[in-house]
Amino acid sequence: MEWFDNGWGLTLIVFLPVVGAMVMAAIPKAAERVQKWWALVVSLVVFALSVVAIGRFDFGSAKEFQFEANIPWIKAIGSNYHIGVDGISLPLLVLSTFIMVLAVIYSWDHWEEPRNPKAFLSLMLILATGMNGTFVALDLVLFFIFFELVLLPMYFMIGIWGDKQVRRLPGFGREVEMRLYAAIKFFLFTLFGSAFMLLGFLALYFRSGDFGERTFDIPALIALGSDGAFTGTFGWLVFGALFLGFAVKVPMWPLHTWLPDAHTAAPTVGSVLLAAILLKLGSYGFIRISIPILPETARQWAPAIAILAVIAIIYGALACLAQTDMKRLIAFSSVGHMGFVMLGIATLTDVGLNAAIIGMVAHGLITGLLFFIAGSMSHRYHTREMARLGGNQKLMPVLGGILAFTVMASLGLPGLAGFWGEFMSLLGAYRPLEGLNLGVFRTAMVIGAIGTVLTAGYMLWMLQKVNLGEPREEWVGHSFRDADRFELTAWVPLILLIVVIGVFPKVVFGATSDAVTALVQTAFGG
Amino acid sequence: MSYTIDWLAVAPELVVVVGILVVLTLDLFLSRREKYWTGVVAVMTVSIAVVPLIIMAADDVTRAMFDGSYVVDDFSLVLKGLFLVAGYLVLLMSVTYIESDRYYEGEYYLLLLVSILGSLVLASSRDLILLFIGLELTTGPLFLLAGWRKGDAKSNEAALKYFILGVLSTAMLLYGMSLVYGLTGSVRFVGIREAIPSIAAVQEPALVLGVLLMIVGFGFKVSAVPFHFWAPDTYEGAPTPVTAYLSVSSKTAGFVAMLSVVYLAFGDLTDIWGPALWLLAAASMTVANLSALRQNNIVRLMAYSSVAHAGFMLVPFAGAAVAGQPLSEGLSATVTYLVIYALMNLGAFAVVIAGARRTGTGEIEGWAGFGSYAPRQGILLAVFFLSLAGIPPLAGWFAKFVMFQAVITAGGTAAIWLAIIAALNSVIAFFYYARVVKTVWMDPAPAELGEEATAPATGALRLAMGLAAVAVLVIGVFPGISAFFGEATTRILNGG
Repeated sequence: MEWFDNGWGLTLIVFLPVVGAMVMAAIPKAAERVQKWWALVVSLVVFALSVVAIGRFDFGSAKEFQFEANIPWIKAIGSNYHIGVDGISLPLLVLSTFIMVLAVIYSWDHWEEPRNPKAFLSLMLILATGMNGTFVALDLVLFFIFFELVLLPMYFMIGIWGDKQVRRLPGFGREVEMRLYAAIKFFLFTLFGSAFMLLGFLALYFRSGDFGERTFDIPALIALGSDGAFTGTFGWLVFGALFLGFAVKVPMWPLHTWLPDAHTAAPTVGSVLLAAILLKLGSYGFIRISIPILPETARQWAPAIAILAVIAIIYGALACLAQTDMKRLIAFSSVGHMGFVMLGIATLTDVGLNAAIIGMVAHGLITGLLFFIAGSMSHRYHTREMARLGGNQKLMPVLGGILAFTVMASLGLPGLAGFWGEFMSLLGAYRPLEGLNLGVFRTAMVIGAIGTVLTAGYMLWMLQKVNLGEPREEWVGHSFRDADRFELTAWVPLILLIVVIGVFPKVVFGATSDAVTALVQTAFGG
Repeated sequence: MSYTIDWLAVAPELVVVVGILVVLTLDLFLSRREKYWTGVVAVMTVSIAVVPLIIMAADDVTRAMFDGSYVVDDFSLVLKGLFLVAGYLVLLMSVTYIESDRYYEGEYYLLLLVSILGSLVLASSRDLILLFIGLELTTGPLFLLAGWRKGDAKSNEAALKYFILGVLSTAMLLYGMSLVYGLTGSVRFVGIREAIPSIAAVQEPALVLGVLLMIVGFGFKVSAVPFHFWAPDTYEGAPTPVTAYLSVSSKTAGFVAMLSVVYLAFGDLTDIWGPALWLLAAASMTVANLSALRQNNIVRLMAYSSVAHAGFMLVPFAGAAVAGQPLSEGLSATVTYLVIYALMNLGAFAVVIAGARRTGTGEIEGWAGFGSYAPRQGILLAVFFLSLAGIPPLAGWFAKFVMFQAVITAGGTAAIWLAIIAALNSVIAFFYYARVVKTVWMDPAPAELGEEATAPATGALRLAMGLAAVAVLVIGVFPGISAFFGEATTRILNGG
């Protein structure tokens, strides 16, 4: 397994999907079974490779980058093909490959119009390359490329297979289809952020030249950053530029407005991948790049981030209560959940950062599952209006039961995965990094705690409206197909993992803990 | 003074001259149905002309002739290569287009070859007179080519507008050159540069006027705002392959002329032309991008897009100049941008030509659902347009990247602002490129398709699209290839 350790393992995890997409182009359009099997095989192999990565990962030195490759890529600008994983990125990488397998299984016979599995599966595979690549990239240019690579497939997924409802929107002369509006909004917001992110990367590159050769290498920049190379106005501006890029992606209030539209309009698998993985690219960027490279500035920005995070928590919860559309409600709940993640990050402590990572993983599993279920329900009812749903538990007992379980997980019930992220990030906010304004963080903690109550409120409210009570008259006499084998195959692993992580959070912390401690140690010397 | 001629150095030009003569003679003897042979000869000429370039690139020697007025260094080699490749792709696109119109095939290829010859001369010229001849030889034939569809009023309008504004810009350029020559007493760039310090103090107003007039002249050629007004009408009216040529080769020629003059002759006058270029860059990006948002015709959209790209290309140079930094990094970035832009823009035009035949219209709305009945061309269209928008992993990202890199490295408030303007503009630009992609892929196809809708593209056009697509994807993933060209240019120009 020598080859695996010296970079080939991760390289395969990143590029096998896109190669799979190219091969897919050669499969005749009519051979849908072959296409599905091919996509499944590719995603399974990639997942298997990431399991091998867990097996071979040396948890004793989780703070080191492992399975590294570092070869010149663009000589002219000193950018290298530098990849590797540490305890922080490993769980997210595995999450990404895992969700991809489930997404392929789920889509087996769930196709939104205009079908075309060949194109849809190809886009999913390209998306996988972008997501996996972002989590392993250790060079800013490489990171930027992968970060942007996810935009195109998702843009087409939303725009072609998305919600065909026609709405009158403010600022538009005529009615527009939601899929078109959401797709371009998603793209423009992210592009706006990442254009500034790129300027920030270039500024770091330029400034690193004052301390030796100019470099895009993340570990090298971290070393410089923790020696205080990037501070003052320069650091402040660069942090701001990176903040725009990552905060749009997370999304943080008030840059979140693309999210409800994109999540609601996307096809089911698109929503799942968006919620489960794409959002994590932003918060991962904060942990991997912003904080370790610009620790001093991160300290200055931390209270502001904490305030924005709790606004997102409360705002997300209140917005949820105003929704009539089930999928849109779940989308807004993501705003709140990512608020907890960002609050954890803002504390700049190892408790907070661990909370953020487990929060990311848990949110990926839980909200991913919620979007799967919401998609399956709107497949059957042909509506997502909660006022028209109701009594789902009676009509589809299995699906309803899974929905009830997931809602419990989402509101942070102890013993399930969602609990740890919320609980620990509040705990972190109680005792943030030394020198940070205690008042701000403790207030944030209290408001965040109120947020958890609100979360429970709107989640249960949704459950009650959708699942409980008697079915409405319009559904009486309809026979609904309960969860089918493809749905169950995709969902049961998620349910199991939610329980496992809820009971043994060490599954995640085992990897992250040392790496996070080391990160905080290098950045803040605490 | 030495007047010995290095025959290898002028071999590409000679090959093209021979090709021109062959086309001219052949045209006399061919019957109407056989005229396509002139096209074949033109394509072969351009292919053969690349051979001496490769030989010269391999031995890595700078060849100077005529007392340093005519130089073949890496800068000219790279640009000559670019002109030939662009010419090759345009010729491929022209084959079907001109054949279907069935008139003046021979003359068409003749004029295109003359224009290519002009650009080859231009890339080597190191004095004002040669530069002027090269530039006018490049653009002159295009006045005729723009009006090629002579039965079409729009094509006539295109040619007339282009001619009048082209002549105006030429006049300004010449006036500026005469002022500079009068003051410095030299037409050679090196001589001008040496003479400038002694006269800068005494004759400053005249010198400033001369430099600015030349910048204005070049501004017309590269169609930078506010000298871009001819572009949309000319682009729309001209035959589409000619438009492709205008937007790539003729623009590149303008840039080559501008870059070599300001870099080699006015290198010490950055405080005069730096702010001027800064304004041109900022205005071109912003005005063109905002105007492009409102276009309904795909070729007009491409016209504004090419104006906007001219603005992006000016950014590195303008940024370095206003910050008072060495210009070499800016030069390298601009040349890299030119190389990538040429490939993706020609690819986009090839798809537009192929698609316009199928959809039967240039109006963007008429392209609805194009991807559903022409999936391969639809994918190519998405590739080229999104590359123009600068979305990784398509080649365009690297062009934007080096541009930002150069301007950030230059540093200083003015340069940083230019970077921010460019960043905002690249977001705006995405919007109109995406609109075309949206129409092609996300809007429903009309219920009844025209007869042409299923007609496949011809071999030559397919070859052009395929080559450009491969280049865009390969450069996107391994951008080092194009950066290498940019690097090569500065290495030698520093010595020259």
